[in-house]
Amino acid sequence: MSIDIDTARRVAHLARIKVEEADLPALAGELSGILTFMEQLNEVDIDGVEPMTGVTPMRLKRRADVVADGDMQDKILSNAPDAREGFFAVPKVVE
Amino acid sequence: MSDALNKLTIAGARDALRKGEVSAVDLTMACMTAMDAAGDLNAFVHPTPEIALDQARAADARIQKGDAPAMCGIPLGIKDLFCTKGVPSQAASRILKGFKPEYESTVTSKLFDAGAVMLGKLNMDEFAMGSSNESSCYGNVVSPWRRGDDATPLTPGGSSGGSAAAVAADLCLAATGTDTGGSIRQPAAFTGIVGLKPTYGRCSRWGIVAFASSLDQAGPMTKSVRDAAIMLGTMAGEDAKDSTSAPIEVPDFEAMLTGDIRGKTIGIPREYRMDGMPDEIEALWAEGRKMLADAGAKIVDISLPHTKYALPAYYVIAPAEASSNLARYDGVRYGHRATLGTGDGITEMYEKTRAEGFGAEVQRRVMIGTYVLSAGFYDAYYNRARKVRALIKRDFEQVFAQGIDAILTPATPSAAFGLGEMANADPVQMYLNDVFTVTVNLAGLPGISVPAGSDRQGLPLGLQLIGRPWEEGDLLNTAQVLERAAGFAAKPAKWW
Repeated sequence: MSIDIDTARRVAHLARIKVEEADLPALAGELSGILTFMEQLNEVDIDGVEPMTGVTPMRLKRRADVVADGDMQDKILSNAPDAREGFFAVPKVVE
Repeated sequence: MSDALNKLTIAGARDALRKGEVSAVDLTMACMTAMDAAGDLNAFVHPTPEIALDQARAADARIQKGDAPAMCGIPLGIKDLFCTKGVPSQAASRILKGFKPEYESTVTSKLFDAGAVMLGKLNMDEFAMGSSNESSCYGNVVSPWRRGDDATPLTPGGSSGGSAAAVAADLCLAATGTDTGGSIRQPAAFTGIVGLKPTYGRCSRWGIVAFASSLDQAGPMTKSVRDAAIMLGTMAGEDAKDSTSAPIEVPDFEAMLTGDIRGKTIGIPREYRMDGMPDEIEALWAEGRKMLADAGAKIVDISLPHTKYALPAYYVIAPAEASSNLARYDGVRYGHRATLGTGDGITEMYEKTRAEGFGAEVQRRVMIGTYVLSAGFYDAYYNRARKVRALIKRDFEQVFAQGIDAILTPATPSAAFGLGEMANADPVQMYLNDVFTVTVNLAGLPGISVPAGSDRQGLPLGLQLIGRPWEEGDLLNTAQVLERAAGFAAKPAKWW
């Protein structure tokens, strides 16, 4: 599978990473190279194989549905690049 | 003794501390002196001398009371991937610049509760993605090892390159590492130290910056197998904050080092004999087989037929999980946010922030992961890779069912290479560094790299032992037999 420039642009946007137009051909080439490497997987017979989910068969643990912590607004906001009045602040989303 | 305290092993320091021959403060000061003189290695990127001395004084008080655990007073380096309360924890990425967690990872909590001392945070590849420690926002780590008199700077390996360099250069007694595809074992092999990746689920992942959650595991990087046993005992255990941490008892791993492997069966997988593998690696592997046979183990040829598909499966699964995990770096809750232009909205904020914050390799892997998870490709790539992963795991289950106790392989396909030597290589070339280690993560097994010899330029080479799930104790015992038989005692000549 070869990735063209339009696909590279679309993937960059899906990943929310700005890539300059001039850099897209190189990116497409790199991604294509990696995907070609992955295509060896097509040689493997996977009929009837269940995808692996965990190492040891184990039921997903459940915990009691109780509030275990909270009341730490200051701590949660302490690393925010922009926090105002107890909220994370971002550019205007809704016009 | 005081001029060499930083060169002690954990076991040696523990015994000296308990006898009152040294203090934790002395040990810590010796390591800090060594760190101060090792700026050229670029291993420690956030030293924490005040925390270290406070912890050392507390450890001394505890030791005097006579009930101190083994790790009490032991000075450690902590990989930057571990969140440490109030101390920069950046995963070596620009996108987490300035991030100081309000919490402590479970593994570091356990170490500090046991009295261990944190000397500082260690350099690594950005988000643990890399095999040479060249993708860090802090710059490269330089290995303390050189090719004889040749001053070419070498890689310590990656991603736990700072951990490996710091332990090999005696800047600390031991260090924490993490291993997603070989990031503990490959740098351990490149620097002549011991690196253990435990069974997936043995150590809690809580508070460790996530790369690929189904593969990530923390483990010890130490100067001896005994030290790995001691340190793992403190790091391991079930944790309510990580639902994949296993409800399995943590045994006394050190007590399981009996030195007796008579009657054990060691498998030699034929698929690990790679075309173009250097003669030195082949010879080392043969010597390892002989050492274990001489110790009374039975050596058996085995087959792990899906081995060649491990790397391509890994480079689907790990980027897929990474693209999901790294979606949280959006410039809102922590770390870097790009300066926005007039009219820029929230999408521009995300895109500019992530373009500025992530380095080239991280961007590449996030985009590959995004692609293989995108509509129309999910089954062709991601689900196929997960099925191949199940077959790789089944290969191991079948040989263990045949009575194999452990598997011996080379740790890496070569000795350490020069920094920059891979700069023009295809990304896939760099990925080949993980060819012997990545199967172990995919199958969730414990694996350990043991220093076993040197190449003709005097650089360390490691052998890997792979064990049955949850049998780290047995694995460590076999590893210690190999360690003793190999007798690797070389240290890098100090140039820094």
